[in-house]
Amino acid sequence: METNETITLKKLINSQSIKIENLDVYIDTQHILKDINLTIPEKSITCIIGPSGCGKSTFLKTLNRMHDETPEVKISGKVFVDDENIYDPHVNVIDTRKKMGLLAQRPCPLPMSIFDNVAYGPRIHGIKRRKALNQTVIQYLQYVGLWDEVRERVRTSATRLSIGQQQRLCLARGLAIEPEYILGDEATSALDPLSTKKIEELFIKLKEKYTIILVTHTLRQAKRIADYIIFMYLGQIIEAGPTEEFFNNPKKQLTRDYLSGSFS
Amino acid sequence: MIMKQLEEKIFKVIMICAAIVILGVLVFIISTVFYKGLPALTLDMITKLPGGGFYLGKEGGVLNAIAGSVYIILGALAISIVISVPLVMYINFYLPLNSFFSAAIRFSLDILFGIPSIVYGAFGFALMVYLGVRASLLGGILTVAMLIMPIMMRSFDEITRLLSHDLPDALLSLGATKFEMVKVLMRQLMPGLVTAILLAIGRGIGDAATVLFTAGYTDNIPASLNQPAATLPLSIFFQLGSPVEEVQNRAYASAIILTVIILILSFSARYFSSKFSKNKI
Repeated sequence: METNETITLKKLINSQSIKIENLDVYIDTQHILKDINLTIPEKSITCIIGPSGCGKSTFLKTLNRMHDETPEVKISGKVFVDDENIYDPHVNVIDTRKKMGLLAQRPCPLPMSIFDNVAYGPRIHGIKRRKALNQTVIQYLQYVGLWDEVRERVRTSATRLSIGQQQRLCLARGLAIEPEYILGDEATSALDPLSTKKIEELFIKLKEKYTIILVTHTLRQAKRIADYIIFMYLGQIIEAGPTEEFFNNPKKQLTRDYLSGSFS
Repeated sequence: MIMKQLEEKIFKVIMICAAIVILGVLVFIISTVFYKGLPALTLDMITKLPGGGFYLGKEGGVLNAIAGSVYIILGALAISIVISVPLVMYINFYLPLNSFFSAAIRFSLDILFGIPSIVYGAFGFALMVYLGVRASLLGGILTVAMLIMPIMMRSFDEITRLLSHDLPDALLSLGATKFEMVKVLMRQLMPGLVTAILLAIGRGIGDAATVLFTAGYTDNIPASLNQPAATLPLSIFFQLGSPVEEVQNRAYASAIILTVIILILSFSARYFSSKFSKNKI
């Protein structure tokens, strides 16, 4: 039933960045994601919404192969990132993850200084020169609007930052590995409204350069920042389309029920 | 309502009693050792080797046992850390969650942990007889390492398991390899490792049964790994066994020395741990 929707989404979008074909995900014997076919448009924000347990986070994890760490998860189907199936045996998982900056639900700074947090990614990917590192760190801290707040204490522990600052630091850290995509897994759900607003503004700024895929629990957030919406329910894509169309003119009864708050 | 208040009060009394008992035991032990040992604790005790007739009240000290105990515990710690850290990292971050192999490792550690120290001593002794090696510092180090390894691994493992998956996930999503991930996790886990080391020290340095046959006893400081080594627990044992009261009091002085060594090792371990993990989450 979702194939029609996918076609609509495909038609609307000419460019393609992430293309998913016949994706099925099982955890043990549970069928978590069911035959997902999808194209995610580039340089825009795509929000995945749906009730808890519908497979949103599982879906996001398939995009940067974080399921590799859990052998119970079986994945079939194809996920093309830049025209390369990332589940192809010859694909290096590190390369795939380097293309994806992940912003988790809770900010998780590394146990090191603010500077080293941002420098960590570039360092493990081979940038050793101090000057280059300095430049990178300052650039991304500035980009997320943290530089002016922390310039005096970039050498102190990242854990002393407020939780909102930590989340922006994590974003800067993710951007420093120079990804093409940004994945957010309910990235603002632990934050206060003001910090949430800052992160949302950053996402809008970031979509000029990056393709952003966000899992969110709040419809209002999706409405505020998304260009495209994917609505999932019980492991299936029920409806997908441009934000305005999705909210103003949902095609499926299930979508209408969800939007009206009959279930969540 | 009155019943509930009574219940609350009774439970409070039980808790306070428990706290008093444990503090009382500590104070009682320490004060006994200090009361008996402090007068006998002279500078000679810690700077001199036992002279002729030391165990009958003549001059000398227990420097042989201090040096032997410190050598053995440091050697055993070095071996245990080198084996424990990779093992714990392996079962926690390389093997899948709930894998059969990691369960088997944990189970065997639990069994090893429960084996009495005299059994390790007897095993080490049998092995040395088979190999034709005499009681030596090396034998003591290896046997004590066997004794303390399970406790170090198991306690480090317990602390490592508590680590939330956010940090490993964050590191992997940045494109870190497993080894790069483990290097960062170790900073976070350093206090846990130190706790494990302290528990291991506590068990290893005070144990007499493991070193009785494997390290032997000597009045000299071992100059090589092949020479026998004295240990404080055995030194205390021999001095307590002396009929001379003066020597018995020296046993308590030796007990003070042993306690102080453990304290020094504990504090320095805590100090270095806080230095290494100042950016801990």
